[in-house]
Amino acid sequence: MIHSLFLINSAGDIFLEKHWKSVVSRSVCDYFFEAQEKAVDVENVPPVIPTPHHYLISIYQDKIFFVAVIQTEVPPLFVIEFLHRVVEMFRDYFGECSEAAIKENVVTVYELLEEMLDNGFPLATESNILKELIRPPTILRSVVNSITGSSNVGETLPTGQLSIIPWRRAEVKYTNNEAYFDVVEEIDAILDKSGSTVFAEIQGVIDASIKLSGMPDLTLSFMNPRLLDDVSFHPCVRFKRWESERVLSFIPPDGNFRLMDYQVSSQNLVAIPVYVNHNINFKESGSSGRFDVTVGLKQNMGKSVEGVIMTVHMPKVVLNMNLTPTQGTYTYDPVTKILTWDIGKINPQKVPNLKGVICLQSGAPKPEENPNLNIQFRIQQLAVSGIKVNRLDMFGEKYKPFKGVKYVTKAGKFQVRT
Amino acid sequence: MLSMSNNNSMSYNDQGGAVESATEAGLETTPTTSTGAGFGLFSTDYKKNDDLKAMLESSKDSLKLEAMKRIVGLIAKGKNASELFPAVVKNVASKNIELKKLVYVYLVRYAEEQQDVALLSICTFQRALKDPNQLIRASALRVLSSVRVPVIVPIMMLAIKEAATDLSPYVRKTAAHAIQKLYSLEPDQKEHLIEVIEKLLKDKSTLVAGSVVMAFEEVCPDRIDLIHKNYRKLCNVLVDVEEWGQVLIINMLTRYARTQFLSPWKQDEIFEENCEQAFYGSDDERNNKSEPTSKPYVMDPDHRLLLRNTKPLLQSRNTAVVMAVAQLYWHLAPRSEVSLVTKSLVRLLRSHREVQFIVLQNIATMSIQRKGMFEPYLKSFYVRSTDPTHIKTLKLEILTNLANGANISTVLREFQTYVKSQDKQFAAATIQAIGRCATNISEVTDTCLNGLVLLLSNRDETVVAESVVVIKKLLQTQPTQHSDIIKHMAKLLDNIAVPMARASIVWLIGEYCERVPKIAPDVLRKMAKAFTCEEEIVKLQTLNLAAKLYLTNAKQTKLLTQYILNLGKYDPNYDIRDRTRFIRQLIVPNEKSGALSKYAKKIFLASKPAPVLESPFKDRDRFQLGTLSHTLNTKASGYLELSDWPVMAPDQSVRNVEVVEPFTQSTTLAGKVKAAKPDDAFYSGSGDEEASGSGSESCSSEESGSDSESGSDDEENGRKKSSSDSASSSNSSSSSGNESRSSQSESGSKKKNLKKRNPRKNKKSCKNKSENDKITKSGSKTKTDSVSSESEESSSEKSSSSSESGSEPETDSDSGTDQKKQKPKPKKEETKEAREKTTKQEVSLLDLDDFAPVSMPTAPRPAMLSPSLITDLEGLSLLNTSLSIDVTSPVYVPAKSHELLHRMSGKGLAAQYHFPRQPCIYSSDMVSVQVTLTNSGDQTVEDIHIGEKKLPSGLQIHDFNSIESLEPGASITVSMGIDFNDSTQAANFQLCTKSDQFNVSIQPAVGELLLPVTMSEQDFRTQQGKLTGMNESAATISVNQENSSSRAIVHKVVTAANLGVVPSAEDRIHRFAAKTVKAADLVLVTVELKEASTAQLLINTEKTVIGSMLQQELKAVLFQG
Repeated sequence: MIHSLFLINSAGDIFLEKHWKSVVSRSVCDYFFEAQEKAVDVENVPPVIPTPHHYLISIYQDKIFFVAVIQTEVPPLFVIEFLHRVVEMFRDYFGECSEAAIKENVVTVYELLEEMLDNGFPLATESNILKELIRPPTILRSVVNSITGSSNVGETLPTGQLSIIPWRRAEVKYTNNEAYFDVVEEIDAILDKSGSTVFAEIQGVIDASIKLSGMPDLTLSFMNPRLLDDVSFHPCVRFKRWESERVLSFIPPDGNFRLMDYQVSSQNLVAIPVYVNHNINFKESGSSGRFDVTVGLKQNMGKSVEGVIMTVHMPKVVLNMNLTPTQGTYTYDPVTKILTWDIGKINPQKVPNLKGVICLQSGAPKPEENPNLNIQFRIQQLAVSGIKVNRLDMFGEKYKPFKGVKYVTKAGKFQVRT
Repeated sequence: MLSMSNNNSMSYNDQGGAVESATEAGLETTPTTSTGAGFGLFSTDYKKNDDLKAMLESSKDSLKLEAMKRIVGLIAKGKNASELFPAVVKNVASKNIELKKLVYVYLVRYAEEQQDVALLSICTFQRALKDPNQLIRASALRVLSSVRVPVIVPIMMLAIKEAATDLSPYVRKTAAHAIQKLYSLEPDQKEHLIEVIEKLLKDKSTLVAGSVVMAFEEVCPDRIDLIHKNYRKLCNVLVDVEEWGQVLIINMLTRYARTQFLSPWKQDEIFEENCEQAFYGSDDERNNKSEPTSKPYVMDPDHRLLLRNTKPLLQSRNTAVVMAVAQLYWHLAPRSEVSLVTKSLVRLLRSHREVQFIVLQNIATMSIQRKGMFEPYLKSFYVRSTDPTHIKTLKLEILTNLANGANISTVLREFQTYVKSQDKQFAAATIQAIGRCATNISEVTDTCLNGLVLLLSNRDETVVAESVVVIKKLLQTQPTQHSDIIKHMAKLLDNIAVPMARASIVWLIGEYCERVPKIAPDVLRKMAKAFTCEEEIVKLQTLNLAAKLYLTNAKQTKLLTQYILNLGKYDPNYDIRDRTRFIRQLIVPNEKSGALSKYAKKIFLASKPAPVLESPFKDRDRFQLGTLSHTLNTKASGYLELSDWPVMAPDQSVRNVEVVEPFTQSTTLAGKVKAAKPDDAFYSGSGDEEASGSGSESCSSEESGSDSESGSDDEENGRKKSSSDSASSSNSSSSSGNESRSSQSESGSKKKNLKKRNPRKNKKSCKNKSENDKITKSGSKTKTDSVSSESEESSSEKSSSSSESGSEPETDSDSGTDQKKQKPKPKKEETKEAREKTTKQEVSLLDLDDFAPVSMPTAPRPAMLSPSLITDLEGLSLLNTSLSIDVTSPVYVPAKSHELLHRMSGKGLAAQYHFPRQPCIYSSDMVSVQVTLTNSGDQTVEDIHIGEKKLPSGLQIHDFNSIESLEPGASITVSMGIDFNDSTQAANFQLCTKSDQFNVSIQPAVGELLLPVTMSEQDFRTQQGKLTGMNESAATISVNQENSSSRAIVHKVVTAANLGVVPSAEDRIHRFAAKTVKAADLVLVTVELKEASTAQLLINTEKTVIGSMLQQELKAVLFQG
């Protein structure tokens, strides 16, 4: 299956390699570099690249390319999914998945990779198991280790590996037993020129942070489970209970994890909380244009809309922009041609506006298309689909846990065509 | 035996104690290695290696560890650290586990290069293979098998064989991985390895399943025979296998299924025709294959099993698993079921860019063949300006595939936006897409063409060029009067510089020169002027244009043509010179010109076939979806072809597993797993059964409640309109399969619990009881979990399970819409010669607590009785009676419900109960009762449960699960079990809520205290003969005229009492049989119609009280209208 793994930074340096079978020369990455060059943009590098003797399957995360070398037929998603799992594991262990973090913890990284794959086949990918095998580095522990000579490596097989619930480590103990759930919904939308909705849907996740002792068995039920159209679960969730009763019944992993992903059924109309008035035009002759954008609240759902940011990829001919915001700050990067307007919280009384002049490269033809506006926003304490957690029950343990649910709505891929 | 090692293992370490001072110095001098290490660092590497060596040979573990960490750092950077091999290997037996692991990492990396030294470490591993710690055993095996040294192949082989029988499933998993490592090192060992694979395939642990399937795929993917016996097990444990294993198993099973099952697609036309029937028809999904009249497609139950067990995995968070299931459905499921996967695939589009790429590719392939699947999700494929180009192009591809007459206007509007995109590559792709839409959907061809012509005035050259090319293709497919467009394009020639576009225009004008007779020569003139500066492709087309004009309009163009031909003659490009020479010979008449020039006009102006604009994803589905080969559209090495469906169904019996071994240890998590653990015996014997003439095709009961019907088909064909029946039955497969899953999954574990707790009831459990499907209240679908197994004892004359579903197939299949209309049908008769096949009752405990298992995952499970043993017991117990009496599912389930608690007296809480006539799942002594609780008040009722019971002696109640809360207006149905002790005494108990208690009572009608049984008429007579005198009660009753038809009588009787119908040869005599729930005493009822609306009612039973009450009851119902 997965033969080797190369990590490549944005400068094109291979800064880590790991082989699970016989060694594959790093020159195989030349094919990758070739493809990268052809793609211009990092985003455009094809995930699967055939070479004469191998196949390269890569993902791009946090400015690092993870390039897996494959020799024989294997489902490409299998590899891609695994690589993403590796990234998650790095984030879990080191807080981030940057080149610096990986280099700093190269030994832990190596030990992790060694445990995650055997002969190219995933062996242990559950965070709870891995953390028992290889303890995550902390400052305290590394100090202690350097003094006592003890190690970060577990000596026995984690019980989870053999148990029927591999995701949970055994003998968890907390003094404060807490279970928190974040219901995060994202609105993906495309609005057309006139402001009407071309496409909109709501997608949500429930992230859990569970710190409960022992073996709790949790049941989470919703007030209105019918809203959920399509769902996917963490392996701990029992499919059957969901299918028959529409409740989430699970023995949670210890710590943070994503409990479920869901999509709200498309029959429900999606409430779009903001509107955007825009007037962008480039003068036919001369080298300037006008830019006038207003962002306002459309449906005030009793909550304030915060963290509003607008980003615009301007056409290449735009040299600079002289704008005046009535609220927030804006920046324009003449190199990447990205305009960012950080609006912050929208006040319904005073509608934020950004207005001014666009300087174009003289002589160049005017751009024929206006740039799309990408909007970000956040609404606290609201799940826009209306989904509500009804209750959380715990079985199997005696103590009374502290429970909490938080709702957030965000803009996902929220795009306004102009 | 295991702990001999540790003292010896120190021997290597003791050697280098004296080097510490050097080491310390070395530590200071090592800077952290910089990233951009090139050649320049070679020298420093040497120095560092020296100090590393010293550190490795020190006696302090911490120093060694430090050294190893740095070495691993070197390896990670791809630097050569092989000189240190001897120094590192010495530490292989270190007690420090981290050090040891790092040494392992090093060893695996360099052992292949330094084989001799590597051998030194082997004996350490051999010792570690016997370590009591399973982690150490496993990692030793991992390293030993990863050390690619051919000399140790025999040792590896031995280690693998040993590890394959290890007690720890983790070690066995490692062994499975080691198999392929050894195979890649030494392919000659294949035969031995296959033996190990065969052994491991039988492994019951879910941990091993994925790994061994991978080994199978790599070592012997063609040995499909190894899978047969494990097929059902693999299907059943699939849910519990870790996600990576799931992907492999699903892919492997896809290949397997394609070789073993018949195509479900051939019948699609028939399917569509009958789908209405199927929709309403019975659940009879498998029919007997021996039916001669029509040979409907019948899905193999194993085929269905696979589809059913993979479906829940669509909800997996692992995208690879979802994709694997999707491709399985694509390649294996009947057409009507494939769309199940759509939603999940669309969901994957929210995932990472790379995932999107692969999924979109697969959707593109799918959407060519099956537009309908993705059409509802059209908008999910709309392009965002932030998508990477390859994602955009794929989405565009899919949108084009999905476009049809209905949605084309939406799609085109969307395309309009795309055309203006800043990403010109994408804009060009959009234009091509518009072209494809135009050719595919004739309604919009003109619209598209006009749109494209408008684009010709676009400022961007690539857009214009692409439009020209596409217009050219469109005009070619539409050889009509588009001369306007051609003229327009001729004008464009002055402005367009893109060679491909220029060439296209020139070609167009040449091709249609007769439509634009005035413009064409002028174009030629212009082209002649600029000939030398053009690109080759344009020059070639100019030559073509010249030739064509010369042939049609020689007067005006002769000179121009000659001029161009002369230019061409001296062109630097030999292709053009070549072409020039060829054309000159062909068109210009001279003395040497051959016969061909006569046909020059025909050659040049022949009508050309229009190019076909088709998707690049066409025909990609020759590769299995989701594979690397599919993504690349070429065969990747190691790709295993998906075979075509077999023409003849291969033998099904190969998958039968004879003996059920108890499942080892703890792999069940009751909540999740049940579905996964029906034991294999479910199926055993079915193949043989089918083969035999009597054809009682046994069960795979979960498949569909009614499939055991098939056993009787042969006998009943005379009476039934066989063909309609079979058609409907085969078609209903999909619906029944899906629904049955949940109930079945419960039963899987219940069964075990039962065996654990009720061993004393073995005798009773020998009856094939049907189990209530919780979902369907009215009993429209009854699942029978009959476990049948072959008995060796031919003396035991148990006849087969006639597990009938509640909804019997009707004689007329389309009248099956309403259960109530259904005509009761006599139970089939099992001849005594029929194979003895015994069925074991599935009485079980409801999994009241999904939660409980957690606390006892490792609790040893008592070994369950193997079915064969049960068969034996059963044989013994019934030997003396030597008749076949089986409990069947009820013939008819009345929907009538009785009031338990009125909402007025219940303060808003109302309760009704009814008898589903199913064997109770709590205990075989109990009658199952379904209670429907409705909250008609305006406040939430909380904590509904059964409180104090005031029961007459002998009665017992099994409570329902307490209900936490009931919203106003909501209602819920719960089931409980009551042991009435074969009496009609009322069961009194309290129904409690959080705040109130209500006294209620359930009094059964006598008819509900029975369980229907089947027996042959002959058996009936025999039994009746034994129950005479005291046990017989006879009465002459008057029968209402309306009820005098036999159909009505049967209906009346089975409505009143839960009786089974005994087939009767005489028209006027109807026989019914049942047994009491608790004592299992037979109750035989005979109704003989006499003249003048009277009938003789005869009841034979030892339970005389029941007999007389039943008599009263029946008398009343038959008298009524």
